[in-house]
Amino acid sequence: MSTELTERILQHLDNTDKVDTLDLATLFAVDHQKIVGALKSIQAHGELVTATTVTHKSLELTEEGRHVALSGSHEAAVYANVPEGGIEQQVLLQVSGNPNAKVGFSKAMANGWILVDKSEKPPLVKRKVPTIVDTVMELLNQVAQGKTDLPANTVADFKKRKLLQETTIKSFVLSKGPEFATTLTKLETDLTVEMLANGLWQQLKFKSYNFDALGAPPTRGHLHPLLKVRTEFRQIFLEMGFSEMPTNNYVESSFWNFDALFQPQQHPARDAHDTFFINHPAKSHKFPQEYLERVKSVHSKGGYGSMGYGYDWKIEEAQKNLLRTHTTAVSARMLFKLANQEGGFKPAKYFSIDKVFRNETLDATHLAEFHQVEGVIADVGLTLGDLIGTLYEFFRKLGITQLEFKPAYNPYTEPSMEIFCYHPGLAKWIEVGNSGVFRPEMLLPMGLPENVNVIAWGLSLERPTMIKYGINNIRDLVGPKVDLKMVEDGPICRLDHA
Amino acid sequence: MPTIGVKRDLLFEALGKKYTDDEFQELCFAFGLELDEVTTEKQMLTKEQGDVAAAADASEEIIYRIDIPANRYDLLCLEGLVTGLLVFQGKVKPPKFEFVTPAQRQVLKIDPSTAQIRPHAVAAVLRNVTFTQESYTSFIDLQDKLHQNICRKRTLVAIGTHDLDTIKGPFSYEARAPEQIKFVPLNQTQELNGVQLMDFYATHAQLKQYLPIIRDSPVYPVIYDANRVVLSLPPIINGDHSKISLKTKNVFIECTATDLTKAKVVLDTIVCLFSEHCAKKFTVEPCDVVQPDGSVVSYPELAVREERISVKRANAYIGIDEPASKLADMLTRMYLEARVDGDSLVVKIPPTRHDVIHACDVYEDIAIAFGYNNIKKSLPAFMQIAKQFPLNKLTEQLREQVAQAGFTEALTFTLCSRDDIGRKLNKTIESLPAVHIGNPKTLEFQVVRTTLLPGLLKTLVANRKMPLPLKLFEISDAVVADEKTEVGARNERRLCAVNCNKTAGFEVVHGLLDRVMQLLSVPWKTANVDKGYYLESTEDASYFPGRCANIMYDNVVIGKIGVLHPTVLQAFELTTPCSVVEFTIEPFV
Repeated sequence: MSTELTERILQHLDNTDKVDTLDLATLFAVDHQKIVGALKSIQAHGELVTATTVTHKSLELTEEGRHVALSGSHEAAVYANVPEGGIEQQVLLQVSGNPNAKVGFSKAMANGWILVDKSEKPPLVKRKVPTIVDTVMELLNQVAQGKTDLPANTVADFKKRKLLQETTIKSFVLSKGPEFATTLTKLETDLTVEMLANGLWQQLKFKSYNFDALGAPPTRGHLHPLLKVRTEFRQIFLEMGFSEMPTNNYVESSFWNFDALFQPQQHPARDAHDTFFINHPAKSHKFPQEYLERVKSVHSKGGYGSMGYGYDWKIEEAQKNLLRTHTTAVSARMLFKLANQEGGFKPAKYFSIDKVFRNETLDATHLAEFHQVEGVIADVGLTLGDLIGTLYEFFRKLGITQLEFKPAYNPYTEPSMEIFCYHPGLAKWIEVGNSGVFRPEMLLPMGLPENVNVIAWGLSLERPTMIKYGINNIRDLVGPKVDLKMVEDGPICRLDHA
Repeated sequence: MPTIGVKRDLLFEALGKKYTDDEFQELCFAFGLELDEVTTEKQMLTKEQGDVAAAADASEEIIYRIDIPANRYDLLCLEGLVTGLLVFQGKVKPPKFEFVTPAQRQVLKIDPSTAQIRPHAVAAVLRNVTFTQESYTSFIDLQDKLHQNICRKRTLVAIGTHDLDTIKGPFSYEARAPEQIKFVPLNQTQELNGVQLMDFYATHAQLKQYLPIIRDSPVYPVIYDANRVVLSLPPIINGDHSKISLKTKNVFIECTATDLTKAKVVLDTIVCLFSEHCAKKFTVEPCDVVQPDGSVVSYPELAVREERISVKRANAYIGIDEPASKLADMLTRMYLEARVDGDSLVVKIPPTRHDVIHACDVYEDIAIAFGYNNIKKSLPAFMQIAKQFPLNKLTEQLREQVAQAGFTEALTFTLCSRDDIGRKLNKTIESLPAVHIGNPKTLEFQVVRTTLLPGLLKTLVANRKMPLPLKLFEISDAVVADEKTEVGARNERRLCAVNCNKTAGFEVVHGLLDRVMQLLSVPWKTANVDKGYYLESTEDASYFPGRCANIMYDNVVIGKIGVLHPTVLQAFELTTPCSVVEFTIEPFV
């Protein structure tokens, strides 16, 4: 059908120089839209025709307009209802009866056809002229017959009275194009092995591409956005010469998670409200015994220059198994190893990124488990300035250059610093992590030399990721409720890339 | 971290200066505090309780809510905060606390019976106190903040404050059977015994949380005066008889405790902060506390400890180079008076600074006074050849490869319900080597996962709108109880992948297994290859009968592969078939 129409158009054009698609519609007695459709498919086959856009404005009667053309204007109807002796206005409107009587009345008054005689009581409407000519009706009838050159003010007035509407029709004036032919050849959509083999590609015509359309998505798997950020953080640490700690031990004893860090046994973090305790396997039994005694002593009695906490330290508390609340438990194990390794202490830089667990109240930004990023440096004579300098270098690699440090309290670091960074997008300072120098009460019982200082910092992996990608609810990033579409559409992670 | 609310105008009046919110925030930041919120009583009521009616009458005075570091008990009320800030700004000198010894000291005798329940007590008296409405409220609030923080919700220490003029010493701290203790509790009219009191307060919004501390004990701690008037039933409530009011002139303070060190700290803190309101400022009247063995100890201690620190070491710790005199000035601003003595500083640790227990605490105060943000940046000098943790390195390499094989990575929770790894997988929880959590707040955190599978199945359910096939994977840790290890449990790094489609597609996950083994250079074990991997048919309740195999590597089971059982799919609310492969990657490190 459509093919037939395209050929009819081409054949018509073969015999004429120019034709308007509107005329073709009349000629072929088909809807104009179909002609335009056929034109598009002709154009898809190449430059067979040249099409120039033209716009036609035409006037058309509205339903009310058609009514007036047939039965006369509202004002004429009102005039006709005024008897010789006059009529009360109320009655006249009632007699005229239709909803347009009011309009008709005011128009008839404006035309000077009728008048209101106020000398009578009540006032009467009377004819002012003996006869009238209903020009509105006449003009509308002319429009109905195809007249288009009405004076502009008349058109405007009729449009205002909703008697006329103006329509714009777009059509095309066609003429022969450089590749004019009276028939369409079928266009090839793709190059095939056969075409290459028999050389047919040289004769065939190919369908032009729509370069505005998207390509077919590649079949592929995807990495999780948060773990892509984890990879980026690992890379940063490795670039900075930090070795990775083995953090694959979620279950930890209170001893390594708290006591080794000089966190007293009554500390609120050791409360069941904050920490997941394990009831199976409930307790740990294997500890480095001499070290454990030194830890007990520094908590209860002090030593190494410390007053201690002065309380009754209990092994039972230290034995309680839990899900580690921070990866610093692993750092403690590593530092203990470092102090007791063969050949003695050597300077070291460690990092880890792994899960930690908190029995906290859950909300849009807190889950019971999250990833902690941690960096630790141990060397003779490290300073707080070394920590600050290292943090600037580390955060620069995350694309963050403005830092501020706030004094803070942490049971196992002294000095302790909260790390704030300026977020240009949010235009404010936000807390991004914690840092500090490990307390001597933590380090010396391990057997580290007295002049060795250990600096460390930690942050969550989720928070910077959420800020970077503008995610407000952590469940949209982690866990089974994650939208796989988000995973699929995510960009590669380049933290230092604006 | 505790938060205190102070009225802004009162604060500025006491500080002798008006600040903008931003200026005050900057002062707080430098001192290690955080201006958490600027609010009013009205806003707090509306926000916390949604009680617009009650809020209508509430004050619209501006309140600053300030976060205080958990170890700075001396800043937990307006009085302490103001002194701390004024000293920090160098506007006033740290106060010196003095004892005034009366003709006859108040005596508190500890009866040996208290050893059963709450063995320690300390006491002090503040004389000629003038309370205003504001300082009275501050006094009550401070006790509450101390109770919530250092006192660990009254378990370690409980504070009682009394109008000394309504009671008569010597006082006696005893433990008695609940029925024998009879008194009218604070702000009540009716006399109750210990048992009735527990019932009476069982639904009280604030007090009910403290009842379990002693409720089931055969004896309750109680303090009597010489006329057997009950002062308090620690750690629950004081008696009404001795309650303090705005008119109270002389205050008797007692702290009972299970931790004596903390009781001393609490007593020192209260008397240091509120001796400011005594007629003779910063004076405290000590009490004699008779121990069960008859010995007498004088409280409060108000000890000023001296710590000698090396100027060189202090500078080196921070990374600055300041002369001794400057360091001494800085410390004085931090409430720690210091004098230069050769190449060291002698630092006086006042009874308000019990948080200073080591030279490193002094170093920190120097660093704060110097300004963290003024310290010169430097970098550790040594170099190190970094090393990845081999298991993590392999994990990273495999993640990349499995994604390249067309699987999408999920990140699921390590904690789950017993049902997730048990019933829903057609297993009994008892049969699994699972690590169980003793204090889960919800069903979601009952156990640590022993398999990665439930997390992947939940991810599938949540993404049912995605077009099939859905191919997911995760390489992460499951945890199994194992007596041979140090803590009785160990992590195991697993690779789990699932293919979810209109047909189960066992060959898809099988193909992935083959591909991973190829990447790990592990051959398929055949007659002419001795070592390698192969599948060995097995039955597992989670899998469709006849469609499950053990994955064998060097003749050891390293995992399972198969088509999930329809009842498992149903339990996870899945309507499409799934095939699964899960195995440990640890043998390949």
